[in-house]
Amino acid sequence: MNCLNGCRNIYIDNAATTKMSKSAINAMLPYLDGIYGNPSSLHSEGQKAAEALVGARERIAKCLGCTSRDLTFTSGGSEADNQAIVSAARIGEKKGKKHIVSTAFEHHAVLHTLERLKKEGFEITLLDVHENGLVTPEQVAEAIRPDTCLVTVMYANNEIGTIQPIAEIGAICRERGVLFHTDAVQAVGHLKINVTEQNIDMLSLSAHKFHGPKGIGVLYARKGIPLTNLIEGGAQERGKRAGTENIPAIMGMATALEEACENIDKNTKKLTALRDRLISGLSEIPHSILNGDAKKRLPGNVNFCFEGIEGESLLLLLDDKGICASSGSACTSGSLDPSHVLLAIGRVHDIAHGSLRLSLSEENTEEEIEYTIGAVKEVVEYLRSISPIWRDLSSGKKKFIIK
Amino acid sequence: MKALIAMSGGVDSSLAAKLMIERGFECIGCTMKLYQNEDAGIERSRTCCSLDDVEDARSVSYKLGMPFYVFNFTQDFKNTVIRNFIEGYEKGVTPNPCIDCNRYMKFDKLYERAKALGCDYIVTGHYARIEKQNGEYVLKKALDETKDQTYVLYSLTQEQLAHIQFPLGEMKKTQVRALAEQSGFINANKPDSQDICFVPDGDYARVIELHTGKKSMQGNFVDAQGNILGRHKGIAHYTLGQRKGLGISSTEPLYVCKICSQSGDVVLGGGKELFGNEANVCDFNWISPSSPKDTFRCKVKIRYRQPEQWASVTPTGDSTVHITFDDPQRAITPGQAAVLYDGDTVLGGGTIK
Repeated sequence: MNCLNGCRNIYIDNAATTKMSKSAINAMLPYLDGIYGNPSSLHSEGQKAAEALVGARERIAKCLGCTSRDLTFTSGGSEADNQAIVSAARIGEKKGKKHIVSTAFEHHAVLHTLERLKKEGFEITLLDVHENGLVTPEQVAEAIRPDTCLVTVMYANNEIGTIQPIAEIGAICRERGVLFHTDAVQAVGHLKINVTEQNIDMLSLSAHKFHGPKGIGVLYARKGIPLTNLIEGGAQERGKRAGTENIPAIMGMATALEEACENIDKNTKKLTALRDRLISGLSEIPHSILNGDAKKRLPGNVNFCFEGIEGESLLLLLDDKGICASSGSACTSGSLDPSHVLLAIGRVHDIAHGSLRLSLSEENTEEEIEYTIGAVKEVVEYLRSISPIWRDLSSGKKKFIIK
Repeated sequence: MKALIAMSGGVDSSLAAKLMIERGFECIGCTMKLYQNEDAGIERSRTCCSLDDVEDARSVSYKLGMPFYVFNFTQDFKNTVIRNFIEGYEKGVTPNPCIDCNRYMKFDKLYERAKALGCDYIVTGHYARIEKQNGEYVLKKALDETKDQTYVLYSLTQEQLAHIQFPLGEMKKTQVRALAEQSGFINANKPDSQDICFVPDGDYARVIELHTGKKSMQGNFVDAQGNILGRHKGIAHYTLGQRKGLGISSTEPLYVCKICSQSGDVVLGGGKELFGNEANVCDFNWISPSSPKDTFRCKVKIRYRQPEQWASVTPTGDSTVHITFDDPQRAITPGQAAVLYDGDTVLGGGTIK
């Protein structure tokens, strides 16, 4: 369906996944082609792979401000989230602590794991994230009980991009002796993170969100936190995650992360300017509203609701204009679920349905942003012109929710 | 011309897609996601059958080289089809959600989506035919009468009929399966769907209780004289004419003859008491814009799998009719549809009061 606008292809769905960086691809190639050994093998082919693995682990540890032995390679962010939460739960259980604090707008990798624990008898407190999409450290402090074994709060939200006060929450947890995990999948490579300085006990990341390959991630767990295995088998990852290491992906991830961290100031500056232009342009559309705090958000994240519009139609028509964007969260069936994030910040169902997430990368240009603003305006206007709901709204039969 | 194919993942809609492509239409495949596992009382962790269906539809679309989308209409489905279903049972009637689904989802919600995407037609795998006669659209039975589905399509309007295609209307099911097999479709031998999609195990009462969060209205089994025969499990568990699962012993077979949603009584009686000649029908849709004003003769169908019956029909208002059957009918069930036929042409239909 593409190619209507001279094969324009504007990719602004970087929160879903990113294009791999050239240097990350180059870092992987030798391990696909020449160095194919199994790092567990004793021979020299194996040793070359094992050395690569050690090197990559060191480089990633440096980017996160921890030591390399605190890192476990996983298949991605979801596995890391699962393992972190299950591990903390098992530790808590042994001490009779079966209460977990989290937020209402976590990623499903977190929420669904918590639901499973709930069935096992854990008690879960989900903190309100308010209309601005932020929790406060005070909320966390109030929610912690003597039987709390874990606080897990995402670093930056995947849909509305809001950045939580992670260091402050970490400090409170440290003080109260509760483990603190953060799902930092959207933040790593985009925000400056230092797990030690920010009092983070466990952190999940995923390479493909910062121009690395898919299918690889990391669980950071501070020394002394015993991890529970999700996958049993060989003794890879110090026995905490079985399965032959995905060396090419790990090499790509290490390079992508280094590159992202080196350029973080430059990228932030550029992205923030593009983001703010996009926000001001889309705000001109009547009956629209920005989701999430305007400033405390990822430099590349823009999320709007347009009243009287269905997200799915909006996306397909934008795709026709060569714009790859997103709405809600992709469901297993490939359909879009009404976003639990937007519901969590108090958007009603009808409004949450008409959401649009644009997530930028440093490759996007000012010209692309202007084109996108024009295209969104056009499509929203068109869809409203044929929408029965809009007819009811503009005739006064139904009341507008967004002013 | 562009067509949006509503694909259930079954063999019929898959072949409908293929036929449309062969007729030269630019086709887009889609599946409506109508309910969450939780809405049907299936655990989320279980891969539900509807996800498998989506994958089947996706596989066929891929094979046919057409784009495929899944549209999430769960909220609309809940607000219309599931709600009507629950309210019906709470009122002691037996609703037909498949009719509502065609009416509110496939030919309304999905049609709207088709328009937004610039499609000229909605295409489904229904066995029915649409013809244009004297400037108006006529809905006719499928040539394969054993598969005819017009009973669930009576609510279509002229505007909808103008934008619908039923490519299977002239085909036999055996032919459809054979062609699907020839085309190498993954679902060529998939059995036809039987149950209501969001009640996968046929246990309506459980799904209703799940949605309302309370037990269905409790009460007594009573006989025609009002004598109490025992307690029942809640009115949603019963439909008119039901004999099995009553748990009341009696020398004569007992049937559900009436469900009183006011008192909670379920009236039981012998087979004879179930028969009647009259039906009032509301929410009536005439397919033709020029609907009759006076009493006329036609054939009427009051449930999906039942032969049509001769009757006299009198329009009693804009959207109501009164039906007098020539022969007494067993269990004329409130909530079910009465559909009127003139030969193989559908005149219209409505809900039995």
